[in-house]
Amino acid sequence: MNSGDNMLATGTQSEPVLRAIDVAVATARDEIASESNPIKIDAGHVSISYGEKVAVRDVSLQVQACSILALIGPSGSGKSTFLRCFNRMNDLIPGASVKGTVSLEGENIMDPDVSVVELRRRVGMVFQRPNPFPMSIFENVAYGPRRRGMKDRRKLEELVETSLKRAALWDEVKDDLRRKSGLALSGGQQQRLCIARVLATDPEVILMDEPASALDPVSTLRIEELMRELRKAYTIVIVTHNMQQAARVSDVTAFFTMAEDRAGYLVETGPTGRIFTRPTERLTEDYISGRFG
Amino acid sequence: MTVGASTAQRVPDGSHQSLHRKASRGSILADRAATVALWGTGVFVLLLLGAIIAHFAIAAVGVVSPGFVLDDPSDTVLGGILPILWNSIYILALTMLIAVPIGILGGIYMAEYASDNALTNAIRFAEESISSVPSIVVGLFGLILFVDTFHMGFTALGGSLALTMFNLPLMTRLAEQALRAVPQEERSASLALGATKWQTIRHVVVPLAIPGLVTAVILTAGRVFGEAAVLLFTSGTGTPAHYDFSFINFNAPSWAMTSPWSPFRPATTLSVYIWKLNSEGLGAFKNQIVDGSAAILIAMVLTFNLGARLIGRVLTRRLTAA
Repeated sequence: MNSGDNMLATGTQSEPVLRAIDVAVATARDEIASESNPIKIDAGHVSISYGEKVAVRDVSLQVQACSILALIGPSGSGKSTFLRCFNRMNDLIPGASVKGTVSLEGENIMDPDVSVVELRRRVGMVFQRPNPFPMSIFENVAYGPRRRGMKDRRKLEELVETSLKRAALWDEVKDDLRRKSGLALSGGQQQRLCIARVLATDPEVILMDEPASALDPVSTLRIEELMRELRKAYTIVIVTHNMQQAARVSDVTAFFTMAEDRAGYLVETGPTGRIFTRPTERLTEDYISGRFG
Repeated sequence: MTVGASTAQRVPDGSHQSLHRKASRGSILADRAATVALWGTGVFVLLLLGAIIAHFAIAAVGVVSPGFVLDDPSDTVLGGILPILWNSIYILALTMLIAVPIGILGGIYMAEYASDNALTNAIRFAEESISSVPSIVVGLFGLILFVDTFHMGFTALGGSLALTMFNLPLMTRLAEQALRAVPQEERSASLALGATKWQTIRHVVVPLAIPGLVTAVILTAGRVFGEAAVLLFTSGTGTPAHYDFSFINFNAPSWAMTSPWSPFRPATTLSVYIWKLNSEGLGAFKNQIVDGSAAILIAMVLTFNLGARLIGRVLTRRLTAA
């Protein structure tokens, strides 16, 4: 990987909105993109409102299995709100109502009969601010499996180890798994711990809500590398403010913006390389060239 | 520094300069005054506590001895306060046994399940109102309900139930606040991992709220130690003058009234005993006994508070580890 090169660029103060190399990589990725994977998530005419206020209006898009979809757009364009309907976290907000359908492998997750507990095990989530529990590293990772009833010590130990290894954190923490609190780690480590915690529940989809926005550039790159690695086995949807990040990691990019009434909507979606070089919509072009937002 | 310099440059005539200085001198003074006032308040509170402890510690010299704690009261010599001390501990334990679980469950309901509506607002209003009802009124109600209506007479159980009525609202309110103080993102993290709501409460919210819950228990227990008015009319001012701690025969006719383990015996607590001796006592050692009892009461409160904090710390470690 050319991470050294990237690190320098991200650390520079006067960084361009987009770097040519990131766009070139994204374009190349478009070209070598394998024949389309099966559809993992299919959202149809999703509208989300809080009381009277419409936050997201009529969004339809599909997410392919084992790919990374980036949701980009200005603050308030409803990308995070939209992301949260994939694991029904919007249920927790009083007064929120979701219309439309979201299906996970053909099953409508908006169905009132759907078990949100089971859904959230299949669709994991990493939050903007790293939020490990104030427990040991081991207990953080074992939290999900334990709640699912896993008691066998050996199995738990194995699962914690593989999850931490997959999250590229094992080597840094293996010596004080039980002694050290998750909160004693650095921000970047905490976020990887949160990813390991999600991986331990064996999800199919991982939602990431600006997972690197609270991290320094080096930690950000580590998370991005990790995402490219995880993409082989998991479907990832990421919300990001950072267009370079979208260009660096995602296979498909969806651009959201706000309507006059401040309701968020989807402007266009397409292979990341194309979105950043030949967007169809004027609004997208303005946004990625830094003229707006 | 640089700000000051640039201000001077922008205002060369000097008039604003002096105004600026005056203002900053004023604000520095206010800042110092605030620091001194706040520091002083803190020290005052500490001194107050220190003074109370010191007064009774000095008064207790020559009174408090192992014998004072372990002997029965006497009419002829100084004697001890064992039965009364035991009553205090017994009523505290009984009250906390009833009030803590119900208070925590009620707090969980109010913080995690109840929606914000007229009913829950009414519950909160009732909680706050009962807490400020004068305790003598609660005692009177306990007298009517437990002693008269239920024909229980003066009993430790009646005292505990009356204290529970008085304290449960406070316990519930404090527990609710402790649970609400747990950041929402901890709940989100747990729920997003596929934990159920109850699992989230049991394994994340309650463990993180333990320091607050311990404070709730301490404040509630403090009112049990200190309460005299509620108990005056419910657990009474009389008590067996001697306890036989080996008397655990439930079938014996006199068990209920005399065994130290029976909840149906009359039981004067330390606070009530102090009040009674001080207002009606006639014995030669009255003042010494009052001072000694007060010192023991203070020692008990301090021991309980420290013990509760210690247990809270152990609990937190337990609950967040396994």
